[in-house]
Amino acid sequence: MTTYILRRLLVSIPILLGITVIVFFVASKMPGDAVLAMISTETPQAEDLIKLRRGQLGLDLPLYVQYGRWLWQLLQGNLGYSFQTGESVIDILLARIPATLQLMGTALLIAIVLGVAMGVVSALKQYSRTDYTFTFLGFAGISIPDFFLGMVLVYLLAIQWPLFPTSGISTAGEPYSLVDNLRHLALPALALGLVRTATFMRYTRTSVLEVMNNDYVRTARAKGLSEWLVVVRHILRNALIPVVTVIGLTLPVLFGGSVIIEMIFQWPGIGLMFIGAVTARDSPVIMGYVLFSAVMVQASNLLTDMAYSFLDPRIRYD
Amino acid sequence: MPSLLEVRDLVTRFYSEGAVIHAVNGVSFSLDTGASMAIVGESGSGKSVTVMSLMRLVRFPPGRIEGGEVIFEERDLLRLSEEEMRRIRGNRIAMIFQDPMTSLNPVLSIGLQMTEGLRAHLGLGERAARDRAAEMLSLVGLPRPKERLDDYPHQFSGGQRQRIMIALALSCNPALLIADEPTTALDVTVQAQIVELIQGLREKLGMAVIWISHNLGLVAGVVDKVAVMYGGHIVEQSPVDELYEHPRHPYTLGLLKAIPKMDGRDQGRLFSIDGMPPDLRRPPESCPFAPRCIYAVDRCRQALPPLDELGAGQSVRCWRADEVAALNVAGAMR
Ligand SMILES: Nc1ncnc2c1ncn2[C@@H]1O[C@H](COP(=O)(O)OP(=O)(O)OP(=O)(O)O)[C@@H](O)[C@H]1O
Ligand SMILES: [Mg+2]
Repeated sequence: MTTYILRRLLVSIPILLGITVIVFFVASKMPGDAVLAMISTETPQAEDLIKLRRGQLGLDLPLYVQYGRWLWQLLQGNLGYSFQTGESVIDILLARIPATLQLMGTALLIAIVLGVAMGVVSALKQYSRTDYTFTFLGFAGISIPDFFLGMVLVYLLAIQWPLFPTSGISTAGEPYSLVDNLRHLALPALALGLVRTATFMRYTRTSVLEVMNNDYVRTARAKGLSEWLVVVRHILRNALIPVVTVIGLTLPVLFGGSVIIEMIFQWPGIGLMFIGAVTARDSPVIMGYVLFSAVMVQASNLLTDMAYSFLDPRIRYD
Repeated sequence: MPSLLEVRDLVTRFYSEGAVIHAVNGVSFSLDTGASMAIVGESGSGKSVTVMSLMRLVRFPPGRIEGGEVIFEERDLLRLSEEEMRRIRGNRIAMIFQDPMTSLNPVLSIGLQMTEGLRAHLGLGERAARDRAAEMLSLVGLPRPKERLDDYPHQFSGGQRQRIMIALALSCNPALLIADEPTTALDVTVQAQIVELIQGLREKLGMAVIWISHNLGLVAGVVDKVAVMYGGHIVEQSPVDELYEHPRHPYTLGLLKAIPKMDGRDQGRLFSIDGMPPDLRRPPESCPFAPRCIYAVDRCRQALPPLDELGAGQSVRCWRADEVAALNVAGAMR
């Protein structure tokens, strides 16, 4: 197992490098650059100033040199400095990652708990009214983009019934309080989580229905076990194995979704930072974001595989 | 002395895709304490549904037990609460199934699967339950039972898994064991071993056994009587010797001819009687076997024959049973 993990980590290095190369060159093809984004071209000395700033930021060098410099810095544990503010990219990331993790974590938790629970109930009560209702909600959830759901939630829970605030992570100017933080979290986490809830519910339902008809479930009932044990130990334990994979595969999508949700709800995480950085052509920050999310995706893939082998004794990595 | 099990007029139906499947249509039989019987019949004749109904393992949807009584140890199982029934399943009545490869949960250790029933029924603690499980595994001839408790089903062969299923089924000392084609999925060489194993344990532990089998030849040596099922009915029931010597029902005759010869390969998986099994969605008012029966006359196609008690534990559901028996004796002498 340890060798397997080590091997996976080694393999992920070229993957991560490849991603950074591609993003670096694609980002450089965006129209304009950091200097143009900052300086108004109307000013008289614009030409000289632009040249000067480009020189300072190293933007006049060939692309591969720029990339080489970035990589060299990275090897020394430095992600460079924001073109806009001059701050260290690592510091910017560290300051914003907790907010994003809080949002994504809560969304994922909502999706897993609600999705799995609804999926199980739906399957155990197949063709019941509950099943049909959940299935309908599931289809609705899958077909609605999360930003739209976000707007619907804002309309319902912030405007019609003003229960929750719609922007930021806490009320500005007030000392931090958990309750206040959670109230701010509610709408963006729901918007991000509910769409995934629908996905997990559908997978769980299908999987439980399939497992339910297995011979070993009949064996479990023939043993005289309580229905609770039959469902939790014999059905769910097996049915969740494919669901775990789906959850793992969802993480990259969740990263994408959180960028948009952070923007709608002005949630001060790395997604919002990323949008700002793209607008400003702030490539060190863009690269920092990309590297971090790529590492997270790789890590979640590895975690999924490990969870898989933990849940299914037939699967052993070595 | 009352029998251990007395099944009367059991009716079980399935409701699927708008159709009603009449799987079991008034089955009656009884079994004494410690006795053993076989239920034979071709695929789809309702053998499994009958025994699943005894344990109330038919689930709605799609299936429902719609009538009859199952008196076991002087209580009607069909009238017990779900909770009371649970205390009987796996405890007083245990069951082993056809396919040992799929009957064990692939993600749980053998130890867990064996001890969960012991803990539920006998109230044993973790340690005591494991000891008992290991004891059962050695009883069915599994080497190094203590160490193997932590293994998973995929680490055992088919024959070993069926041994584990037997150990599991017998661990709470049931009064009745139902073995639903326990050997069909196994190698021919292993089949006889499993039959012998169950028979040996039956003598040792004194339980009653219901064997379900396609292969009458395989279990004939270990049962007291045989019930032959066709189209959801028991068409003939008889002590085993009597059945061989004086079969009364034309279908039984066909079955006896289909027993694989001892000269080698097992060809008995499917009986080769001409014609199709009856459509259980539209059960006939008449004898269900009539369309395939070479002895059928008009009466057979008009009304369902009653189950005639012939004495000496033999009963048959055929209008022409006497003539068939006579013809058959004549045929045998020819
Ligand atoms: N879950 C179910 N849903 C619908 N019909 C069913 C179900 N289970 C059994 N049946 C029907 O009940 C009838 C009897 O089936 P059963 O399994 O008892 O046959 P069997 O005699 O055990 O056959 P085999 O030898 O193949 O095991 C069949 O026609 C079958 O289609
Ligand atoms: Mg069967």
